[in-house]
This record gives sequence, C-alpha cells and structure tokens, in this order.
Amino acid sequence: MTAALETNGLGKRYGRRWALQDCNLSIPEGRVVGLVGPNGAGKTTLLHLAVGMLAPTVGTISVLGNRPADGPAQLARVGFVAQETPVYPRLTVAQHLRMAGWLNPNWDAELAESRIGRLDLDPGQRAGSLSGGQRAQLVLTLAIAKRPELLILDEPVASLDPLARREFLQDLMEVVAVQGVSVVLSSHLVSDLERVCDFLVVLTASHVQLAGEASDLLASHHHLSGPRLVGTLPSGIEVIEQTHTDKQSVLLVRSEGSLPFLDPMWSVKPVTMDDLVLAYMRQARGVELPARSPLEVLR
Amino acid sequence: MIRFAWLQARTQTAIAFAGLALVAIIVALTGPHLVHLYDANVATCAAHGDCSTATDAFLRNDKTLGVWLGILVIAIPGLIGLFWGAPLIARELESGTYRLAWTQSVTRTRWLVIKVAVVGVAAMVVAGLLSLMVTWWASPIDTASANRFSMPLFDERGIVVIGYAAFAVALGVAVGLLIRRTVPAMATTLAAFVVVRVATIFWIRRRYIAPLHRVSALDPQTIGLRTGNLGFSLLPPTPNIPNAWIYSTHFADKSGQPLAHSVVARLCPHLGGALGGPPPSGSVTKAPRHLDSVLHDCVAKVAFRYHTVTTYQPASHYWTFQWIELGVFLGAALILSAFCIWWIRRGLA
Repeated sequence: MTAALETNGLGKRYGRRWALQDCNLSIPEGRVVGLVGPNGAGKTTLLHLAVGMLAPTVGTISVLGNRPADGPAQLARVGFVAQETPVYPRLTVAQHLRMAGWLNPNWDAELAESRIGRLDLDPGQRAGSLSGGQRAQLVLTLAIAKRPELLILDEPVASLDPLARREFLQDLMEVVAVQGVSVVLSSHLVSDLERVCDFLVVLTASHVQLAGEASDLLASHHHLSGPRLVGTLPSGIEVIEQTHTDKQSVLLVRSEGSLPFLDPMWSVKPVTMDDLVLAYMRQARGVELPARSPLEVLR
Repeated sequence: MIRFAWLQARTQTAIAFAGLALVAIIVALTGPHLVHLYDANVATCAAHGDCSTATDAFLRNDKTLGVWLGILVIAIPGLIGLFWGAPLIARELESGTYRLAWTQSVTRTRWLVIKVAVVGVAAMVVAGLLSLMVTWWASPIDTASANRFSMPLFDERGIVVIGYAAFAVALGVAVGLLIRRTVPAMATTLAAFVVVRVATIFWIRRRYIAPLHRVSALDPQTIGLRTGNLGFSLLPPTPNIPNAWIYSTHFADKSGQPLAHSVVARLCPHLGGALGGPPPSGSVTKAPRHLDSVLHDCVAKVAFRYHTVTTYQPASHYWTFQWIELGVFLGAALILSAFCIWWIRRGLA
C-alpha cells in the first residue's frame, strides 16, 4: 500500500532560517491525521510542501506515491484548504463552483451544489462578503467536490467561533466517512483534533517531535505519580516529562509495549492526547516547566 | 483555464471596450470633416500656389482633440501595464488566492501562461484598435504636417502601440511576481515602463537601421550664423525632407572631415568685422541682411572644399521602423514572460 504522505530527510530553508528540518514521516492511507504544533512550528511549510506549492530545500516528499503537484493528474488527487481559506472576493459563490468545475477533471457538480444548498450559502453572493465560517465551508466544498484521494487542510478552523468550529469538523468527518478520503489537518489546538484524528504528528520548532497512530500513542504513554524519584526507573521506560516536589514526582513516560513491572508505590494513569502533545511540546523547548506553564494558555 | 482567466478579466476588458466605443464615436463624428477640409484646402493647394498658408490653416483644425487623442494613445499601454499587468499575479500572491488557484488540477505554469495570454491579447486588441482609430482620424493631419517620424507622432500611430501594450503587461506581471505586493508593483511597473520607453525614443530607436547621408552644396540663402566663445561659425540649414527623421546636419569635406572653426576664421576674416563686434555669445542668428555679400563670399570660399551632409532616415523607412519597434517590444514581452514562467516553476521562496 502506498503511503498517503512519506517524507525522507525533508527540510525547507528560508534564507538562513530552517522552517522544517529532518522530517521523516510515513503516514498510511485512510487516516485522519492531526498535525499539531504551536504557531510558527512549520506546519504550513510542511503542508505547502505536500501540495507542491513549495519545493524542498533538502530531502524528498511523496504524496500518494508521487512528487507533489507533478502535473494535473497529481494535482487532481489532492484537495487543499489553505490557511485563512482564501477566495476571490469579487467572484460569487456560484462562480467559484464554476471555476472549480472548469479546472478539475473529476469535479462533482452535484455534490458541490447540494452542499452549498445544505449549508445555506447564497450562490449569487460575492465571496468577499461571506463570513469566515461560510468562506471555510465554500473552500472545503471546492476541495471535496474535486473528489480527491487526500484532503489537506491548513488550520481550517483557526478563524472560526466554537460553534462553527464544531460544525465544520462534524461536516468534515461525515465527508471522510462517506468518501473514504485520507485527511491531514493542522491546528495549534489539540482540542480541535482529538475528537477527529486517528493519527497524530506533533511538530515543534521545525522538527517532528512525535508521530504515530493515536491509539498506539495513547497506549504507550502513561502518567506515573509516586514518592520523590531517587535513582532510575526500570529499562524500557523513557521519561518524557517530569515534575518534582520535595515529596512527590509526577512523570509522563513512554514504554514500548506494555509497561514493565513497577513498584506498587507508583500509581499509573492513562494519558490524554492533550497531555501527550503538551508534554512533547515542552520537551522540545528543552526546559522542564512547572505544571502550570505558559503553554497551558494555549488550551 | 481560459474560461476562468476570462471570467477574471472580462470586467476590465468590458470597461476598456466601453472607452474604445466612446473614442470611436468622437472619431467618427469629427474624422470625416477633417478629410473634407483636407480635400478642399490642402489637396488642391498646389493649384492655388500657396500651400504653406493652406496647410497651416488646415492644421489649426481640431488641434486640441488631436493632442488629447495622442496623449491617450501614448498613455494607454502604460495604464494597461499599471492596472492590468501589475495586479494580475501580485494581487493573487498578496491576497493568498494563489493557494486556491495552484491547488486546482491545473499546473501553475499553465495557470500563469493562460492568465498572461488572455490579458495580453486583450491589451493588444485594445491598444491596436485605439491606434487604428487615431491613425485613421489623424491621417489628413499627418499627411499635411509631413512629420511622421517625429518623437510623439511615431509613438502614437500605427502598429508600435500594440507592442508597447504587450510589453507593459509582461513587465507588470514580472514586476508583480517579484514584488508580490499590488501597489508597489504598480508604481514600479509604471516607472520601469516610462524608463524603457524614453530610452527607446532617445537611444535605441535611432540604431534600428543605418541612416542615409545626403550631400548637397552650400547655399548662402539658407546658411545661418552662429556666434560662440570662439567667434563666428556657419550654421547648417535644416533640410526640408518630408516625413524624414533628420539625425543631424553638418559641413564636411570629401574625406568626411568636419568644418573646423579655424578654417572659417581663415577663409572669412571679414565676417566678424562686418558684423561690427561679436553679438552676445551663443546666440543663433539668421545672417543679417547687410552681411549678405560678405556671407556670400565666405560661403563661396568654404563651398569650394566643403558641402552640407544631412544624416537622416527617409520616409520610406517609416514602416520598417514600425515593424522593428513592434518586434523589439513583442520580443521583450516574450523574454519577460519566459522569465516569469521560469520564476514560478522554480517555486516561490
């Protein structure tokens, strides 16, 4: 089976600054991939590389087995919803649909029109006067009715209010269920993604910190709390994050396979995706922060 | 893609054609009258004998309108580059809509080529029609004034305007692609376009074809006097060659050696004295009447070895020049477009 997205030593440099470095990913088809990271981490760069809008500085990237944007056929296989969902302000909703019909060989006009009808968008309205949520819906419609095999969405809900956010993602999930497309969507908020994605990529400071099936990641990470840690933990346990008080230690650890036998004084709890992502983001910063860190504000 | 490019360009094109229609009405209302006046007065002037009066009188008709139409023809290519060329890609890059366009099933090279081609062709059609109308309207005036090669006139007539328009669009697109901001791209496009046009007029155009030289004997009736720091010198007449482009006129001997100041002083020692002291330096005068005989003698002596050499492009070169200039600007437009394609393919940084 070809990978939806595969990168090898991928890097992109702007001038002297690396926006993305040493990126090695292999994402199978049929997944809903959440790409999480703070603003400026390189999410957009990675997604732009995947749709072929940018060319890599080093390394390779293949999407559905081909070089991104390598000709019209490859372009037709990938749908893209860009950040801030740009539209042509002076063209109407209907004109956008017509444009997409002209430009895409697999265009599903029926699907597009029924979606526009269902979303209560006025076909005669100029796209420039749509609300943020409506605009996002229009662009998503354009991307979906193109009938792609892979749908890439760059911060699609960032500018939406909580209600529109929920509706947008719900709608997206329905499409995924019906059409069976692979999806990559990015966000700086884990909470947006944890309900919808089954594959997680954490990107911080232009490096991939963590990538894997969401269920595997949740199964292999644990919260440990117990008396102040002295000495070392059994082998096979990697400490991702630790906080210590005089009497107590709280750890977030990773173990391949099941957790080895531990002293019963440790209490083991499962982690949430939120915990996981924040722990890896903090780790990337190279500092151990107290439990209430500025990063919490992101939530 | 052509339909999409047209969808985006059709409003501006419609506005341009509305403007053209307006010009067409003005030209259609006033043009036939000009033709009639020309036929009635200038065409038959040889029979009456006094052609210069008839021509001068005729050229006073619709002078303001002629000037404005000329300005319009000069300005249209620049305005097209400014309002059509520069924003064509810059606005997409600035507003982010290129991210929508480039992820449809059309390569960005094709997207660029079709967009530029649609707007470029529209620009050439608009400029060509405008030039055609104005060239037709002004043909009696141009025939009467017999100065088709002159600086504003050559640029306002014929096929060169099409080349200017195509070049302006390509220039605007290239600048927009590099600057990626609409308003700065518009300003830069206009400035660059003016620079190129001025450079063409003053330095490039005269090199298209080697000029001709016309050698004629010195004629005391048409020779003037020039006074400078070194005293007197003879001033060559401006020859009257209809519709020609005269580069220069000077005196030279058989070997091409120009007439030196010292030679004049040696051959015509009485010239300064006869004038009664030097007039203010640098002034250019027609020889005063009382100097006629002195000047006559002087010219006769000088003419023994020297003659007048006029360097010029004859009227017959006019259309060759038009075609060459059209080719130069279309070629420049193609080179700029090729650069744009290369630039967009290598991926915007």
